[in-house]
Amino acid sequence: MKHTASYFAALAVGALTATAAVSETELTVYTAVEAEDLARYAETFNQSNPDIKINWVRDSTGIITAKLLAERDNPQADVVWGLAATSLLLLKSEGMLEPYAPAGVEELDVKFVDGDNPPAWVGMDAWVASVCYNTVEAEKAGLKPPTSWKDLTDPMYKDQVIMPNPNSSGTGFLDVSSWLQMFGEDGGWEYMDALHDNIARYTHSGSKPCKLAAAGEIPIGVSFAFRGAKSKADGAPLEIIVPSEGVGWDMEATAIVAGTANLEAAQKLVDFTVTKEANEMYNTGYAVVAYPGVAKPVEHFPEGLLDAMIDNDFEFAANNRAAILKEWQSRYDGKSEAK
Amino acid sequence: MTEISTNPGTLPAGPDIKPKLSRDDILMRGSMIVIALYLVATLVLPLYTMLSKSFSTYRMELSQYEFQVSDESGNFDGTIQSAETLNEQTGAFSDTDLATGSDGRLSVTALFPNFSFRSPVMYQIRNTSDTGRFLVGSTLQDGTDWVTLDSNEFRRVQLRPVQSRGLDNFVNYFSTPALFNSVKNSLWISVLSTIVTVTLAFWFAYALNRSCMRFKGVFRLIAMAPILVPSLLPGIALVYLFGNQGMIKELLFGASIYGPIGIVIGSVFFTFPHAFLIISTALAISDARLYEAAASLRSTPWRTFWTVTVPGARYGLISAAFVVFNLVITDFGLPKVIGGQFNVLAVDIYKQVIGQQNFEMGAVVSVVLVIPAILAFTIDRMVQSKQVALLSARSVPYQPTPNRKTDRIFLAYCCLIGLFIVGLLAVCQFAALIKFWPYDLSLSLKNYDFNKMDGGGWGSYVNSIKLALLTAAIGTSVVFFGAYLVEKSNGFRTGRAIFQMFAMLPMAIPGMVLGLSYIFFFNNPSNPLNGIYGTMAILVICTVTHFYTVSHLTAVTALKQMDREFESVSSSLKQPTMKLFARVTVPVCLPAVLDISIYLFVNAMTTVSAVVFLYSPKTTLASIAVLNMDDAGDIAPAAAMGMMIFYTNAAARIVHLIASKGILKRTQAWRSR
Repeated sequence: MKHTASYFAALAVGALTATAAVSETELTVYTAVEAEDLARYAETFNQSNPDIKINWVRDSTGIITAKLLAERDNPQADVVWGLAATSLLLLKSEGMLEPYAPAGVEELDVKFVDGDNPPAWVGMDAWVASVCYNTVEAEKAGLKPPTSWKDLTDPMYKDQVIMPNPNSSGTGFLDVSSWLQMFGEDGGWEYMDALHDNIARYTHSGSKPCKLAAAGEIPIGVSFAFRGAKSKADGAPLEIIVPSEGVGWDMEATAIVAGTANLEAAQKLVDFTVTKEANEMYNTGYAVVAYPGVAKPVEHFPEGLLDAMIDNDFEFAANNRAAILKEWQSRYDGKSEAK
Repeated sequence: MTEISTNPGTLPAGPDIKPKLSRDDILMRGSMIVIALYLVATLVLPLYTMLSKSFSTYRMELSQYEFQVSDESGNFDGTIQSAETLNEQTGAFSDTDLATGSDGRLSVTALFPNFSFRSPVMYQIRNTSDTGRFLVGSTLQDGTDWVTLDSNEFRRVQLRPVQSRGLDNFVNYFSTPALFNSVKNSLWISVLSTIVTVTLAFWFAYALNRSCMRFKGVFRLIAMAPILVPSLLPGIALVYLFGNQGMIKELLFGASIYGPIGIVIGSVFFTFPHAFLIISTALAISDARLYEAAASLRSTPWRTFWTVTVPGARYGLISAAFVVFNLVITDFGLPKVIGGQFNVLAVDIYKQVIGQQNFEMGAVVSVVLVIPAILAFTIDRMVQSKQVALLSARSVPYQPTPNRKTDRIFLAYCCLIGLFIVGLLAVCQFAALIKFWPYDLSLSLKNYDFNKMDGGGWGSYVNSIKLALLTAAIGTSVVFFGAYLVEKSNGFRTGRAIFQMFAMLPMAIPGMVLGLSYIFFFNNPSNPLNGIYGTMAILVICTVTHFYTVSHLTAVTALKQMDREFESVSSSLKQPTMKLFARVTVPVCLPAVLDISIYLFVNAMTTVSAVVFLYSPKTTLASIAVLNMDDAGDIAPAAAMGMMIFYTNAAARIVHLIASKGILKRTQAWRSR
């Protein structure tokens, strides 16, 4: 009899461990976060949620967005963690996001949370436009450092500026959308007309202008602040300039994909993404994060960047994106080879 | 890498024997159908899907929406107005305003001339059918119930398009100068590169075949080097040479390397070996009696050159020109790296698809790019089919005679070309080893720390080798077996003709187009083959298909040299054909089999255009890493990775050489008695 009891006890333990193993949920998470950060993110998350396994699908912002849109009728992802808010707005407008207010969302800076209640997405961190200025090459060319966007249209900078093409780069688009918001529709295009005369060429990616400035290939690269800080840390003779009118920005954000079979696990993950702990984790790569008071200064980051961030209207950016890009292309892409 | 023109049509028709279908025949026909189906699934169907995608348009269907407008105090009187009638009354949107892309949006306030977002007037809007969709802000409304909004909210309403079919995309394409200009750019850049490359390659091949200069072997090796690197590598070298911080940028006299100049120089580099090989084959054999006749008629050397040498090589020259033209117009890597603001078709496809996720427009540009590529290919085929043998049994092979002066000139010329090729490669290697050009010129291996860059790190290098080995193994088997079936099976003429056509098609399809069509075809959840999307398998399949034609032609040429009597003998000895294939055909054709496998290996290592749409985070490739690192501005690591591809391919070639020597000694001993 005693034997039978222990036998049953062993069986019960076996069954328990078996269920524990089975109850591990796997989440397919789409992301555009840098590959080197992913393992760290998953590890930190698993410290508090050891029973949820993250399967990453990572690619650049454009490709992940295209993939999600292509899978509209047959979504493969459970959660999107770390994709541009402008992209998430596109998904939202297709009805692809499951609104959810994660526990503790009220702690976040309201700028970083979707206006709807419950919000369709919540922000993580921001990347902010800046101008990378190569002091050595600028001196050789006899240039004075610009202090504002308007300065960049000075004829002195003719063919000395490189910026990303908004048609292929998210950073390029946030510049264009910020100019249209700051200077108004007409003023914005007038500004870009003038700036176009000074642009040596448009690059495909948003980080390249800054790297080219770092390498002295061009004195001035319109890029984003974090890229500039990194190049400066590598020893490039760069100064990172925050134009006085204000700078455009976009954020990385998180959302649950509507129709996920693992809603509970997905919600746990989103709960985690808004915690202080998670925001501290984002802070290693991003100087501006959603949780107020968490961000520690990142080395070589320009001062006053936070205050310079414009009051970005993401809805304007998402809803006018197609029209803006078409207009931009007809103005600057078509005549570019005539130069 | 060249192919020898073969045309079954000019062969004398053999006696018409119609034996009963044996088990072997059935097996062979079955296998041929299997390989043909493979080509259908990996080439014909994807291309068809892409073509139909280019006709898929998005339009704002105004008839799908209805509005009600209240008075100042917010009461609706029940009048319902359709958006279509409103537009007819106000003329707010023209027909072209309504044609849009998949992410198109249309603000409706223009339909209401009296609209003010401050007014107390209320609005109601609804879809009249299930397909109607509109946004309030970014919230999707796809129901047919009335949605009531105040004026301030109403200005946030955006209509969404519905999918339909038509020519709108093409109309849009040809009426957008920014896009249409690329056609012109692509064409003239290709023509210019073709003229330059063919001229340079002709004199290089002439020197190697018709002079008695020294070091011919070395120059032959150098001329083939560019085949071993991705086409974008010369672009990177040119940035270091002629960029704003370039080592010898003064030579450009202030012109910018970013644009047509860079594309042409780089194109000459990467197409040179292709042109050289073809022209060299054409110049290798010549009838000495023609030159004797010319000399006895007291023709000047110049005249002899134009009346004997050039006409003799004309088919080679024409073929080289079309091959180079096709390579340049379909190349994507080089203009991406060094094209600056100079738009070309292949880069436009990439920009539309990757940058804007505008797949429909990507398909349209693809269709536009396919036209010149197919034209060039067809004309070349037609010209080649007219070629007749220059060398008859009575010909005396031409032997060049030493001439100190001209030999020296040719040596100097070849040194210049050699310097150009080796120089660009050396610059890349040099740049890869410099710590931080131009500010810190100390040597370092920091640029080889690929894991810290975009593009997938060292893992992508390993993936590339895997892809190259798999492509070589699977591709060679499929291609050679397919060629055997088509060449040696009996009867079944229509089937064989269709198979030949399928096998020739990949040559005319640009890599970008193939890759894009794979997205449309395989990334469709309802496709049973959807599972291979994002895996190594799709990369292997795509690469095999992309390089099918040249491999197929090489195999066919080798097989044509084997008399069909082998098959007759084996069947009269009651031996299964498959046994003959394994025991006789493959060993005899082993040189060709090895050539095909090294060709596939090298191309799988360097290809960018087709796979750029198909790699996944787990299957990043070295050639794509070069592209992505350059894109992110990490130009030195891009050069480093490019040189890794070069060394790998060079090593593969050497292994191939040693292996073929060893194997050939064992299997080809019968060739020399």
